[in-house]
Amino acid sequence: MFSLIRDTFTSQLVTLWRVFKHMFDKKDTVEYPDVQPYMFPRWRGRIILSRDPDGEERCVACNLCAVACPVDCIALQKAEDENGRWYPEFFRINFSRCIMCGFCEEACPTNAIQLTPDFEMAEYVRQDMVWEKEDLLINGTGKYHDYNFYRVAGMAVGGKDKGEAQNEAPPVDVRSLLP
Amino acid sequence: MAKIVIDGVTYEVNGDNNLLQECLSKGLDLPYFCWHPCMGSVGACRQCAVKQYRDADDQKGTLVMACMTKANDGSIISIEDEEAKKFRANVIESLMISHPHDCPVCEEGGECHLQDMTLMSGHNYRRYDRKKVTHRNQYLGPFVGHEMNRCITCYRCVRFYDDYAGGTDLAAQASHHHTYFGRQSDGFLESEFSGNLVEMCPTGVFTDATFSAHYSRKWDLQTAPSVCVGCAVGCNTTPGERYGELRRIVNRYHGDVNGYFLCDRGRFGYGFVNSAERLAESQQGKGTGRRTVSEDEAVLELNRILDGGQVIGIGSPRASVEANLALLQRVGGDNFYAGVSDAEFAQLQILKQLSGESALHAPSVREIEECDAVLVLGEDVTNTAPRIALALRQSARNRADELAAAAGIPSWQDAAVRELAQRELSPVYLLSGYATRLDDIARATVVDSAPGLTQLAQALARTLDSAAPTPAATLQEEQKQLLGSIADDLKGARRPLIVCGTGSGSEALLKAAANVARALATARGGDQAVDFCCVVPEVNSVGLVLMAGETQSLGLALKKMQAGDVQAAVVLENDLFGRAPQSQVEAALAGVGQLVAIDQLPTRTTELADLVIAGTSFAEQQGTYINYEGRAQTSMQVFMNNQAARPAWKWLRKESETTLAGLLQTAETTLEGLAGITAILPVSAAAVAGMKYPRQSHRYSGRTAIQAAANVHEGKQPEDRDSIMAFSMEGMSSQRDTAVLPNTWAPRWNSNQSVSKFLDEVGGHLRQGNPGRLLFTRNGSSAGYFEPESAAVTTGDFTLIPAYQLYGSDELSARAEVVNERLTGAYVALAPHDAQQLGVAANDLVTVSADQEALDYPVCIRRSVKPGTIVAFTPAGQFPVAGAGDQVSLSKAQGSGQARFGNLIVSDLQQEGI
Amino acid sequence: MRWEVGSALNIVSILLVVVVIAAMLIWVERRLLGIWQERLGPNRVGPLGLLQVVADMLKIFTKEDWTPPFADKFSFILAPAIIMTVVLMSFSVIPFAPGVGIIDSNIGVLFVLAMASLGAYSVMLGGLSSDNKYALLGSLRAAAQMVSYEVFMGISLLGIVALTGSFNLREIVQAQADGWYVFPQIIGFIIFLIAGVAESHRLPFDIPEAEQEICAGYHTEYSGMKFGMFFVGEYLGLVLISSLITALFFGGWLGPGFLPPIFWFALKASFFVAFFILMRAAIPRPRYDQLMRYGWLFLLPLSLVNLLVTGAVILAGSGG
Ligand code: SF4
Ligand code: SF4
Ligand code: SF4
Ligand code: SF4
Ligand code: FES
Repeated sequence: MFSLIRDTFTSQLVTLWRVFKHMFDKKDTVEYPDVQPYMFPRWRGRIILSRDPDGEERCVACNLCAVACPVDCIALQKAEDENGRWYPEFFRINFSRCIMCGFCEEACPTNAIQLTPDFEMAEYVRQDMVWEKEDLLINGTGKYHDYNFYRVAGMAVGGKDKGEAQNEAPPVDVRSLLP
Repeated sequence: MAKIVIDGVTYEVNGDNNLLQECLSKGLDLPYFCWHPCMGSVGACRQCAVKQYRDADDQKGTLVMACMTKANDGSIISIEDEEAKKFRANVIESLMISHPHDCPVCEEGGECHLQDMTLMSGHNYRRYDRKKVTHRNQYLGPFVGHEMNRCITCYRCVRFYDDYAGGTDLAAQASHHHTYFGRQSDGFLESEFSGNLVEMCPTGVFTDATFSAHYSRKWDLQTAPSVCVGCAVGCNTTPGERYGELRRIVNRYHGDVNGYFLCDRGRFGYGFVNSAERLAESQQGKGTGRRTVSEDEAVLELNRILDGGQVIGIGSPRASVEANLALLQRVGGDNFYAGVSDAEFAQLQILKQLSGESALHAPSVREIEECDAVLVLGEDVTNTAPRIALALRQSARNRADELAAAAGIPSWQDAAVRELAQRELSPVYLLSGYATRLDDIARATVVDSAPGLTQLAQALARTLDSAAPTPAATLQEEQKQLLGSIADDLKGARRPLIVCGTGSGSEALLKAAANVARALATARGGDQAVDFCCVVPEVNSVGLVLMAGETQSLGLALKKMQAGDVQAAVVLENDLFGRAPQSQVEAALAGVGQLVAIDQLPTRTTELADLVIAGTSFAEQQGTYINYEGRAQTSMQVFMNNQAARPAWKWLRKESETTLAGLLQTAETTLEGLAGITAILPVSAAAVAGMKYPRQSHRYSGRTAIQAAANVHEGKQPEDRDSIMAFSMEGMSSQRDTAVLPNTWAPRWNSNQSVSKFLDEVGGHLRQGNPGRLLFTRNGSSAGYFEPESAAVTTGDFTLIPAYQLYGSDELSARAEVVNERLTGAYVALAPHDAQQLGVAANDLVTVSADQEALDYPVCIRRSVKPGTIVAFTPAGQFPVAGAGDQVSLSKAQGSGQARFGNLIVSDLQQEGI
Repeated sequence: MRWEVGSALNIVSILLVVVVIAAMLIWVERRLLGIWQERLGPNRVGPLGLLQVVADMLKIFTKEDWTPPFADKFSFILAPAIIMTVVLMSFSVIPFAPGVGIIDSNIGVLFVLAMASLGAYSVMLGGLSSDNKYALLGSLRAAAQMVSYEVFMGISLLGIVALTGSFNLREIVQAQADGWYVFPQIIGFIIFLIAGVAESHRLPFDIPEAEQEICAGYHTEYSGMKFGMFFVGEYLGLVLISSLITALFFGGWLGPGFLPPIFWFALKASFFVAFFILMRAAIPRPRYDQLMRYGWLFLLPLSLVNLLVTGAVILAGSGG
């Protein structure tokens, strides 16, 4: 009993002392904006939509990011071009709701949606925090350079016919009974 | 009852079923693909493997396919057995070797049975690194999309399309791992039930093309339990909305009505809800003086008209019970008229009279499937009540089940049963005006005009019961023979069925059909009611006739209007020009002081109205509809109209406190026919703390972004004061009560196959009972046989037979943009001989002249049409030139017509000239 | 004008100085916390961030002062006023230095304890009138905590009173000319220190607020200047407890003569203010039940023993 009281007591005093000693340590604070901090590439900041290596919009409007988003701040609508390629007709992120969790990026099967190291997202007008596809879409591949979903998927799209995707045999001739 | 042991737990099961069925009925998760409760087992996919043990001492066991193994008493099986699990994982792995990397761009994604089963079977890494087999897709018409790469060759599509629904244009082609499921060549799928492929196919091969055009994932749709408004069967549906637009309709299971299937009109004909033509706001004034008025102005103006002087109301068979009631209560029963053609009204009155007769029974769709001898009298069921036609196909299969039972084969052994039965079918006799889509299952068909069929029916009644009235005409020997065998089959059947309806357009035929049923009841001993299915044209035809007084026909209303006796007429969701001859309607409208039209889409009536009130579609309102068998069902509101359209009952109610429930309660006490209707009002029995049932799934996305473009400050969700559901993700879990289940989903079962989790047994009934209530109380005995009447004699060379089309006979679905591609337009069909005589070829115009009117129609030549008759198809919204059985004369007219006969799915079309 | 106990100059300057110090503590606390947590704390508004206080004041004055429609208006407004008032009243008996003070009361200790008891009403009323579950929880906790710790706070001082033979705070200070009471009354000091923290419900005993558990406790619904009053009230409480410790245990203004007495007082009090802030930086919050058990099962017996021993020693010393 006594030793318990003693230990509790000394433990508090030791804690106080240790915290007090921090007074003489180097401060961790970076004095932004006077000093620009180094942002890691995988920092979860402002979200962008990227393009595939062929320069086409990567997003296929699968809605997975939207459903993964815990605050439901992504809304989009699928559309299809004349060659059967899916793309978002509109793609909206309400950054005033976004918590930068990165779930959308985790969920995206095409590497289209990516979080970037840009964290300077303050706006004077809250409405300006609602970004549409025009604002989100960048002209590059972002962090992932090589992946092109439509080269892997089986759907025919402009520039890639049936049987031309990775690991695909040419379309079968259903009138033939040859093996 | 048999006892079986599954993974050490003993279950009481139905020993006639197979193990898969019973596992699923007990709520266990066992993967499967090819089996379907309605189509039985073929053992094609090998996914449902389980371990079966000979006895308690057997440690080793054998792998069996659960769907191919009877749940014999004392069976011991294991789903969880390691070897079985491994087997299933290997099977799915091999099914997936050529499966494309498509999920993100696949319409099935998120409600894909293949995804669910892959996950459930534990296959998650692709080891096969050879090339994938690929296929070219086909164009299958505006409704169904095709992406053949995704096929896992389960054969469900062809088994449904060909074996179950009687389609002929979809088949398995090629062989081995090249098997291809499609048509001979590009072209629309002919079956009226092609849309079910979307739900039958466990993968994304067949998808809803109308949905894909404005696609959303299943979880993103706001849904509510609804009822199809395409025809009078009252199939239960789940419409889904996103971004203020109705996105699709899928089947909602109802154990007695539609089961697992919908027809294409109901599934794909929803586009009118999103139509650009929709009346978004109320309007006042005529012609150029027309201006839009605000909601408040419209209410004021409407009330001014309704409260001033003599006002009549014209109800509608496509409006809900509540909308009609609101009008009826507003104008009074004596001023409420049924907005259907006079001929139809007379027929509906007969139906109403028959609905109390205890010798007759209006069978549900499920009961129709159980009937093993069918006589169809003058109704083209495929085009007037399509889901019933699908059920009739199943009733023809009862013979196969009998044979199987005799041979000791369980009925779910699909391949074996079909092999055994070959083409043997239960008797189905089709007596109709023209060749129909059911002819392939008919034991005999007779094509004749209504008067001819009436005579046959009268004679048949007489054959069945000598007390029946003497038929007017004498028959030929072969006709007598045919009637003899029909009579024998009906008498000898376990459960015979008479199908008739308003489609023949003939009151006399309907009476004759009733006589047949009564005679049959007498012939069969009279203690058991005879199934008498009377098809009516529209979703609420029965409801309307139960509300309107017996003499309150549209003709009477028009006469009063013409005579200038009424100051104002309120037309509820109805186009009068489709209900009465143009001259009559015009004269009436000229006589009435003010015309108010409430509707969702502009019609010729709304064009001429002084006040047009914007009404809502079925999806934007809650309403009750009464189907052909007198089943009242509630259709819940799916979403809010974001413009100024409001439900008709809200416009019409006198007090703004009047609720839907209030309307029904008043009706129940004042209208005899509606007694018991309040029992269907959805109550939230399980509700806690006043919570409502959410219309949005728990995965609904974009809640804080959808409105953000307009305003980043999120508004409140629209409130729903009228129902127990909320436009929200929050509230009670609707999984608890299938009556309000907007969306079938269960953990691990994202596809529609999850419906098993809500049924008492697979293919059975919903756990909390099938929603809806039958209103017909049959305690009256028959008033005696109807006496045959001599038909009114009109002059002319041809007898007119009205025809119907899946697309075009229903006013609303025909206005959906996609359906437009499948419309034919008005036409008359002639026998080749008659066409030759007249010197007309297909699509030439002929003038059809009747007593009062003459109209030009394009001609179509059908081999089956009886010479001396013409089969006239008039799209909804137009009034046919003459009634059924009327004599008309034909003459060749100048020019050619625009009818698109390529859209006509009949087997007897004379091809040349098209 | 003269520096004399109770003079108008005294009253005005003490009031001003105390309130200004309390306000400055907003900055001091944040800077110190920063320093002890290897951060910098507010350093951008004005030199060293000193004007942060001004910025905060401006903000708090211009913020919307919202009274929830469901709250009980009267007590909702009254509550923050009570805390300010009772704490400021307590300062009236504090002996800052000879001649510096407001009242030279011979029941000074009792007065302070009485005011502390009244302070509990502020927190309770604030929470109850908010009609909010977190506020209610906060005020329930506050009531129990404050009522309990008042007991040991009082008992822990009885030793000093017995030694001095007076409730007069000035006399208590003067009685320490030969030695601070902290030495004979080390147990009393520790109990008073702990009870003082609990009374002013500062970390680690901020259980009535406990952001992580119950939002902001009793002041969840407060905003604008009403919140500001709770805020400043808390800092005033901090200064008060530090001043009391100085006066009761560390000889008040007494100190070597090369500095004026008021300075000694300020120095000692500042030390304790800093110590309290260090406690906030270092020690985690106990659970509510732990706090109550600790009080009743450990501090209460301990303070009674302390009183008993002190009494016994005095009796023995007086040769009785
Ligand atoms: S980062 Fe998280 S919160 Fe932000 S959009 Fe992506 S999923 Fe939503
Ligand atoms: S998950 Fe990726 S591909 Fe899918 S909608 Fe979002 S951004 Fe587009
Ligand atoms: S069918 Fe199912 S598994 Fe295949 S691509 Fe479509 S969603 Fe994915
Ligand atoms: S198309 Fe669909 S239903 Fe038909 S075999 Fe392939 S996976 Fe099965
Ligand atoms: S479901 Fe049993 S083998 Fe396909």
